[in-house]
Amino acid sequence: MMMILGLYNYWIVVGLMMIGLYIVIAQGNLVKKIVGLNIFQTSVFIFYISLSKVDGGTAPILVDGISLYSNPLPHVLILTAIVVSLATTALGLALVVRIKEAYGSIEEEEIQIKDNQEC
Amino acid sequence: MAMLSGIYGLLSASLFVTMDAVDVAFTEASIGAGISTLLMLTTIAMTGRTEHSVRHKPLLALAVVFVTGALLIYATLDMPYFGDVMAPANLHVMPRYIQDSMAEIGVDNIVTSVLASYRAFDTFGEVVVIFTAGIGVLALLSFARRPEDDAEISSDNISMHEQNLIVRIVSKILIPFILLFALYVQFHGDFGPGGGFQAGVIFAAAIILYAMLFGMSVARRAINQTFVQLFAAVGVLLYGMVGVVSMLNGGNFLDYNVLSEDPVAGQHLGILIIELGVGIAVATVVIIIFFNFADRIDILKHKVNKKL
Repeated sequence: MMMILGLYNYWIVVGLMMIGLYIVIAQGNLVKKIVGLNIFQTSVFIFYISLSKVDGGTAPILVDGISLYSNPLPHVLILTAIVVSLATTALGLALVVRIKEAYGSIEEEEIQIKDNQEC
Repeated sequence: MAMLSGIYGLLSASLFVTMDAVDVAFTEASIGAGISTLLMLTTIAMTGRTEHSVRHKPLLALAVVFVTGALLIYATLDMPYFGDVMAPANLHVMPRYIQDSMAEIGVDNIVTSVLASYRAFDTFGEVVVIFTAGIGVLALLSFARRPEDDAEISSDNISMHEQNLIVRIVSKILIPFILLFALYVQFHGDFGPGGGFQAGVIFAAAIILYAMLFGMSVARRAINQTFVQLFAAVGVLLYGMVGVVSMLNGGNFLDYNVLSEDPVAGQHLGILIIELGVGIAVATVVIIIFFNFADRIDILKHKVNKKL
């Protein structure tokens, strides 16, 4: 029982990650694929942040009289990763826009059909 | 769907607060819930909101997902418990950051001192990645506007933006405060949650709000695109120059101790300048990204109108 209670954070992360992965694989719509990627990314963020959590600790800002803080290092890594995820999302969406202009569609199958016709 | 992903961003931000990661929560709230959602919406506006739901082989995908998930769950059985003080991740460099960062860096917010000083090289890499993404969006979406198109588009816009009077007036009052708040977040990063990344995004959000409510042509008149692009480079350069200056003073790249007579004062100076560089770079790149997306919409609409 202790094992289940102690590890629930990882299981939430795995659940979210698999939802993201399923969307990326099964959805034909490119925008939805990017949303799936975002969910996948967030699950990794939650994984790191949950690693840094310490029972009874506070936010890592030095205050007199408190000696137990949560781990600041994963916070730093994820903070920058979130901003980078915005940049990559934007780049992905820009590609989607260009694909729409070139093919007139953002459905994977229709793009494939058009590609095959041109060959 | 885009709104849902925005709500999801906000939810994960509150999740981060409960896990004591205030800096991260701040970033996620402004990016996941704000800017990402906005970009999704602009993309959907361009690509059309209807979807032909042809899913391919959901069974195979489900099988892959379940097998991977089961393996990952199996792997978690070896992991330390949630909130464990003795977890390996919390034993390595963390005690040093917590005990010595006050004496070495002199900044209250440990996240800031790790971000901007201990791991400054990493952060420099991240800023360059963001800058590169900005260039990428520019390369994919930007185009030369012809002046005569511009005039027609702006007349289209004015008729559209005359609606929503209340929203416009309220936001016009709010925008200066948002900008002020961004500056507060920028310079208060040493003492509380905040810093260049968050401040940059909030600053950009204020300008994006202005562009959304008053139309791209008005926003373009207020904010020169070339100027913004120049500043994106200036932000990254500012960060790099701090490193070069510390090298010239005899230290390592991005070693702020040598920037001043007193090592702690040097650290303060270094952190202040690189946070400023990060703030400028992030704000300008987000503005560039949004402006290019919004311009595409304007042009597409314009082409449709012409055909009609």
